[in-house]
Amino acid sequence: MATVGLNGINKVYPNGYHAVHDLTLNIQEGEFMVLVGPSGCGKTTVLRMVAGLEDISDGELRIGERVVNDVEPKDRDIAMVFQNYALYPHMTVAENIGFALKLRKMPKAEIRKKVEEAAEILGLTEWLDRKPKQLSGGQRQRVAMGRAIVREPSVFLMDEPLSNLDAKLRVKMRAEVRRIQQRLGVATIYVTHDQIEAMTMGDRVAVLKDGRLQQCDTPQNLYDFPVNQFVGAFIGSPAMNLYKGQLMEGGRNLKIGSQTLELSDNVHIAHPSLASYANKEVTVGIRPEGLKAVSSDVPRSRALDVQVSLVEALGSELMVHFGLDATVVRLEDVQDDEEEILTQGGEGVARIEPSVSVKTGDRLRLEVDLEHLHFFDPTTGVGIY
Amino acid sequence: MRYQRRVGWRKWVNGLNVAVVVIVLFVLLPIYWLIASSFKTPVNVGAQPPQYFPNPISFANYHSAFVHYGFGRYFLNSVIVTVVSTMLVLAIGSLAGYALGRLPMRGKSPLLVTLLIISVFPEIAVVSPLYLLMHQIGWLGSYQALIVPYIAFNLPFAIWIMRNYFLGIPKEMEETSRIDGASPVRTFWSVILPQALPGIFTAGVFTFTACWTEFLMALTLDNSNSYRTIPVGIALFGSPNVVPYGTIFAASVVAVVPIGVLVFVFRRFVVSGLTSGAVKG
Repeated sequence: MATVGLNGINKVYPNGYHAVHDLTLNIQEGEFMVLVGPSGCGKTTVLRMVAGLEDISDGELRIGERVVNDVEPKDRDIAMVFQNYALYPHMTVAENIGFALKLRKMPKAEIRKKVEEAAEILGLTEWLDRKPKQLSGGQRQRVAMGRAIVREPSVFLMDEPLSNLDAKLRVKMRAEVRRIQQRLGVATIYVTHDQIEAMTMGDRVAVLKDGRLQQCDTPQNLYDFPVNQFVGAFIGSPAMNLYKGQLMEGGRNLKIGSQTLELSDNVHIAHPSLASYANKEVTVGIRPEGLKAVSSDVPRSRALDVQVSLVEALGSELMVHFGLDATVVRLEDVQDDEEEILTQGGEGVARIEPSVSVKTGDRLRLEVDLEHLHFFDPTTGVGIY
Repeated sequence: MRYQRRVGWRKWVNGLNVAVVVIVLFVLLPIYWLIASSFKTPVNVGAQPPQYFPNPISFANYHSAFVHYGFGRYFLNSVIVTVVSTMLVLAIGSLAGYALGRLPMRGKSPLLVTLLIISVFPEIAVVSPLYLLMHQIGWLGSYQALIVPYIAFNLPFAIWIMRNYFLGIPKEMEETSRIDGASPVRTFWSVILPQALPGIFTAGVFTFTACWTEFLMALTLDNSNSYRTIPVGIALFGSPNVVPYGTIFAASVVAVVPIGVLVFVFRRFVVSGLTSGAVKG
């Protein structure tokens, strides 16, 4: 068991591409740290540098008390799970799990014992004599986990280990990976591009973009206090709606398109810096769950009138896509493909109770949860608090 | 849908199947003729009208090949030259193919192109200088006079086949193995090589066949009776006035057997070895 410390880590490839910029991150003992970000953000590169598969161009990497920049992967006391599992196809499950121990010249009986223990934890006991190709995707994934845990490393590294599984199995394995990690209490760095995976699994989540750390915090804090509009839009599903807004009358009113919301004092108490944006433009973030369908009695100072363009019924809730005459702030690289499709329906999404009867083409009044509005600087995108 | 509604034997008789059968027969006919004729009596080999089945079945041609013409010696020479060459090609070629496929190194693509050019280089262009060279170092009439050039000529193609196969093996295999604590040599031996077996068998079968049937160099460099290989041996059967066709057929049948066995045993690997590089590489 150990901590992992990344201190000012940089990665510059021989062709000059600067993949990771000054990354400083500390992973505590037993902590589950998720690195998340869109593809190409450098998260896998970071993981590979910790594993020792990539050289570190600059900065210091510690595992435990030891600086391991120039230590061979096998001597770093880590275990890694790859996206494609990289199981040795010509070996049985037992041989796969025991390979590292065999290389350490551990006695056969002891290897057998450790492999069986690991198989027990993972529910693989009856499959030990099978070859990987005779296993299902979920079982292969578990063999890959088994190969990692049998070595009793001080750090687990996982590179999108669940992304090859179908959606249902992924949800199941999510919990299972977390359960195993908690049981073993080993510090874990987990890379994913899926923000839901990040939120559900991580003790803390580090959001990366273009090789730079945007924010590292608990899932709830990332959700509640995104440091910039990238994090705001990246965390949460469907993504936060971002509009150009204008603070009018010394900041008392917020104009979004042609409609005006009245900001209470509570909003200004929660966002003291908002005062300096009085009578200026801001970017406003409204989460889909911060919108509620209401009757037309609710005053317009607390609600937005929208035109429904698409309704997706998920059973437990309705995703209402709507059109609004406001200018939408787009972050091209924020959403992954799946969510891109979800938000295509209109210029905004609201998460509505299924009891509300609404259909495409309706006019709808949506009450805005003003206390949970997010504000960002329109030029830098930095959060205003 | 219409296809599925056909019943009984009718479903087997369609244009495609007929075409396949015709083509297969067309290809097999010379081989059938070779085998059938080898079992005819020496007189019946050239009989008019031709005998479609050997009658009576005779082993005289085989007897003649082994006893009168010393075919056993040629066979042994071929086995020695071919097996040694193939083994060395696979040993060197797998390492070279791995290096060219996986390891970071400068000048990889010029090297690969050079190899490709060499592999299509016409043998006849180098036979004369090779003869002089062998003459000067006193290797004429020796096994190594064939083994060394065979390795040189077959390595490029073997390297290409095996390299493509190595490329198809996910890089994470090596990385996992490296984290597991395996040395590069151990990784190659325990993780990469077992997965590359189809590619290695394919290269092996091709090399074996090429060495086994090679004629020009064998004729030029090893023409003494004790080092002669099968192709040369068979070609020199008889005398200027007599061509013993029956004996030649019998010897040819024996010569084909090892290749037939090899391809039959490894056929599954050879097919996957030839296609895998194309799809994954």
